[in-house]
Amino acid sequence: MNPRTNTIAPCINANASRDNPTFGQALLLACAMVLCAPALAAPKAAPLPPDSVYQLPLTLTDQHGVARPWQARRGKPQLVAMFYTSCQYICPLIVDAGKAVEKNLTPAQRQHLGIVLISMDPVRDTPTALKKVADQRKLDPEHWTLASPPASEVRAVAGVLGIRYRALADGEFNHTSALVLLDGEGRIVARTEQMGTVPDPVFLAAVRKATAPARALSGK
Amino acid sequence: MRRLAALLLLALPVAGLAGAAAGDYVKLPGAASFKSVLQYEDSSNGVRVAPFELMRKPVTNAQFLAFVAAQPQWRRDRVPSVFAETRYLSQWQGATALGPKALPQQPVTWVSWFAANAYCEAQGARLPTWSEWEFAAAADETRRDARKDPAWRERILAWYSRPSSAALPRAGLQAPNIHGVQDLHGLVWEWTDDYSALLVSSDNRNQGDADKTQFCGAGALSMSDRENYAVMMRVAMLSSLNGADATANLGFRCARSIK
Repeated sequence: MNPRTNTIAPCINANASRDNPTFGQALLLACAMVLCAPALAAPKAAPLPPDSVYQLPLTLTDQHGVARPWQARRGKPQLVAMFYTSCQYICPLIVDAGKAVEKNLTPAQRQHLGIVLISMDPVRDTPTALKKVADQRKLDPEHWTLASPPASEVRAVAGVLGIRYRALADGEFNHTSALVLLDGEGRIVARTEQMGTVPDPVFLAAVRKATAPARALSGK
Repeated sequence: MRRLAALLLLALPVAGLAGAAAGDYVKLPGAASFKSVLQYEDSSNGVRVAPFELMRKPVTNAQFLAFVAAQPQWRRDRVPSVFAETRYLSQWQGATALGPKALPQQPVTWVSWFAANAYCEAQGARLPTWSEWEFAAAADETRRDARKDPAWRERILAWYSRPSSAALPRAGLQAPNIHGVQDLHGLVWEWTDDYSALLVSSDNRNQGDADKTQFCGAGALSMSDRENYAVMMRVAMLSSLNGADATANLGFRCARSIK
């Protein structure tokens, strides 16, 4: 876990598409040499706000087996929760809670929201295991992403999201449950620990506000 | 940009020097079944602590200064607030200067979990788990497990009763315990890797059974050794912290797995 790797992706994106490959390669090399210090971030991408959870460099591997930095979600509000697929007790309720929020949005609002369930059990939550839950629970892949971080990063992701957990001897987890609403920049704007099919009204209002089409289109 | 690169190249070897010289760590044997002060439903027979290595002393201001010089994104004026609250390293005179209130050999405090974690990663190490810390801290100078000794308990509790406003002593002044580890008690509180696994409190903000909804799976832990106040206070404190928090008395040391 280290913020310095944060800007590697923008460095590469900015340089790979230049029509002068030598220039691009030189810049890329320079980037690599100085470990992509934040000062070298692509000029177009504004720096992340200091309170953005995307400051944590993190690769998520989703239910389709696609690995992407979670920073790629920047630009659209996200509903985030942590879970694991073999969970018997509360995790089904976490999915219910996400669905309940989704059901209470207009189609336009739904278009402006991503829903991400991040596994705290990446060893067992392979893309296949994640896909199985996504299919069983009929989660629309247009809006829902079920994904695993690298095992070494679970504590850090949980840390920025304010989730506490402990692995139990039998493979289950003891954990706190929350839905976290991120704005387009990855800042936590709302949070609820109310799970189940009845959405927390205050939280739902925050999601509606964040996904109001005019607001979402203006990029704020 | 070239200047920045040069600066970083200069700074990197410093981190190497400040880091894990061989003598900084000692080997601890672990235990097949360590009796934690914490009683979990799933570990009533004790927890296994694999052999591991632990820093002899907590990380000092001087060591942490070398780290932020090598990795300036952890300077207090540059660290993202998601990783460290505003009081992070606030005892230092400047972002890269210790000053009179932070002596080089004092343990570094006002560090967040994210910063402590990054420091250990930079040394090719990690933070110790709670079980590892507790195992190491159960010893005294002559015994691996001195916890049942009332004198041992008294000695540790005496520290907690001292006001915390006084200046911190230097690291490494106390006698090493039987493993060769110093300052586990009586100097600073210490982060553990799994601070957020200590699910002591259950609150009733949730619908229905608070235990079931807040903690998926088995219930929260209970204390198996109610006499061991000193260790219980550590647990209570760690369980109340978030990863970006920092306090005047909270430092850390690193650990390494033995491969």
